[in-house]
Amino acid sequence: MSQADGDRPGMRPRSKRIRPYALTGGRTAARHQLLVETLISVPRYDPQLGEQLMPESKALYERARSQVSIAELSSLLTIPLGVVRVLVSDLAAQGAVFIHPTAHAYHHDRPMLERILNGLKQLPV
Amino acid sequence: MDSSSFPSEGLTISAKIVVAGGFGVGKTTMVSSVSEVPALNTEAWMTEASEGVDDLPPDGSKVTTTVAMDFGRIALYPDLMLYLFGTPGQARFWFLWDDLSRGALGAIVLVDTRRLDQSFAAINYFENDSDLPFIVAINLFDGELLHNVDEVREALALRPDIPLITCDARDKKSCVEALQELVSYTLSLAEVTDSGRIRSHA
Repeated sequence: MSQADGDRPGMRPRSKRIRPYALTGGRTAARHQLLVETLISVPRYDPQLGEQLMPESKALYERARSQVSIAELSSLLTIPLGVVRVLVSDLAAQGAVFIHPTAHAYHHDRPMLERILNGLKQLPV
Repeated sequence: MDSSSFPSEGLTISAKIVVAGGFGVGKTTMVSSVSEVPALNTEAWMTEASEGVDDLPPDGSKVTTTVAMDFGRIALYPDLMLYLFGTPGQARFWFLWDDLSRGALGAIVLVDTRRLDQSFAAINYFENDSDLPFIVAINLFDGELLHNVDEVREALALRPDIPLITCDARDKKSCVEALQELVSYTLSLAEVTDSGRIRSHA
């Protein structure tokens, strides 16, 4: 299998036999903690930046113009969760996307839990 | 991480609840019943994590093994999105359970009284291998309870402090009540922890 396919995206159609983590340079760990429910968004969309990204990162960047979770990105773009994490982490490191905090970041404190409980009680059923 | 300030205006934060249980107990049904959007499915690709477990054919015909999980979401407020994740049923996907459990408010373990053994692995996991608060919900497939709840607790060897409820996974109202039960339970544990006691596992 030619490893060059992963290094030079866009040169020719990529073989389906490429291993998913070739896209991340073999990295499996993300620099940021990205839970499956973590939301990301693009603070200031820059079409020129989009053109410089490899296709998978570009797709993630475009999709995150409206806020979206890591799991939804994986599902909607059919990119493995682990690969989404690494690529999104790279995008965040260059300031292209913003990583939203999760309820967990607030240590599930009482006001947070009470707010969630009240929200559930107010749901139309 | 900063825990003192609430997010700035307009920034949506997310929370997560895990729905666990064995094959065919109604996890997907529950997620679909409460989700505002059609439940999505993601195939988490196993690569390095499956080494030594799944022997891959040497000809490379099977690059990865995939495992599917369902998830849905509810916008509780404009700035708070609640996600629900159904875990893969098989116990050998424990590493995915770890990943899904991380940061969750808690878990609901669904059981089918006709096939209690299907949910043993999930209960074992949350009792012994996870710090996540969890409750057990008997899914009433036909709307009626075939066994006494106390008998089910005994058959599951469930600790007395773990809430055991009934629900109908097809009914949104019933599922939302189960979610409320779980969050109330998590809240009660937060109170206990606040007063200095640490949760212990038998």
